[in-house]
Amino acid sequence: MRSLLVIAAALVLAPVAAACPSAADLEGELICPTCKTTLDQSDAPAARRIKSLIRQRVAECASEQQIKDELVAQFGPAVLAAPPRKGIHWLAWLLPLIGLLTAAAVISLLVWRWSRARPDEAVADSNGRLPLDPELERRLDRELAKFDG
Amino acid sequence: MTGRLKVAAQVAALALVAGLFALLVWKVATQDEGAAPKLGRGETPPAPAFSLDRLDRPGKLSLAAYRGRPVVLNFWASWCVPCKEEAPLLESVWRRYRDRGLVVLGIDINDLRGDARRFARRNRMSYPLVYDGPGNTTTKYGLTGVPETFFVARSGKLICDRLQAGVHLEGNKERFQECVEEVLGA
Repeated sequence: MRSLLVIAAALVLAPVAAACPSAADLEGELICPTCKTTLDQSDAPAARRIKSLIRQRVAECASEQQIKDELVAQFGPAVLAAPPRKGIHWLAWLLPLIGLLTAAAVISLLVWRWSRARPDEAVADSNGRLPLDPELERRLDRELAKFDG
Repeated sequence: MTGRLKVAAQVAALALVAGLFALLVWKVATQDEGAAPKLGRGETPPAPAFSLDRLDRPGKLSLAAYRGRPVVLNFWASWCVPCKEEAPLLESVWRRYRDRGLVVLGIDINDLRGDARRFARRNRMSYPLVYDGPGNTTTKYGLTGVPETFFVARSGKLICDRLQAGVHLEGNKERFQECVEEVLGA
């Protein structure tokens, strides 16, 4: 009976524990305002203070978004390592994707045109033989003409 | 057709490179070095304007509110050790000269608001304090760190010197007093 209660308590508490963010993850997603690197790479006094606040808020089980919002309210959006997914900041997420898709489309178009151009240029005659290059044909005529003479 | 497409692609690529280069040139040409280097060259640039949240009470405070009064502008942060050491000297100057119109104005930068308030209480800073968490004023003034102190004349121009690393230090103390006298007289 006792062990069943322990298991039940663990099942109830497990999702709560999982909902609490990790300080290490947050430190990789936030920028130190004085040295401009992520907090996990900085040992500047300002970074140490912010890390301490993050650990305190994580211990209180504040959500990741709450902690980020609190820091943005104090240090501005530049404290976020990645731009937020809203408003004009969407451009930072979308432009690389648009660039990638455009490049893929251009390359596909060029490859398609190149692969289509070759058979058009070389049309086989009724015997299935491909015609000679005009320049090569003229040269061949000249060479043969020498023997005729 | 393939040839035309190729030329169009080349033109587009060149235009893109030229555009990025123009953007780089524009950024470099319009980059503001801040007021401090100008002060260092002997110029008296206007003190960059700001309007920031007060730290010592609710509301906002702008530098323009002190136009016509001499201002000692001190940049600090709670995590900065020399800031703590120089605070008593700034407080004493504020108490000594405020009857002559002098204002000591502290700008807390790159700091947590709660930490800054605790710091001000512990160090008995009674002069006006504003909060610039993102540090927007640091670029305008050309700050290289904290603490740094500037002097704003009644005209709104920066004068005298920019004192770095604490006004209480032996190398700065005398100059600080000279600048306070100069800003009071300007």
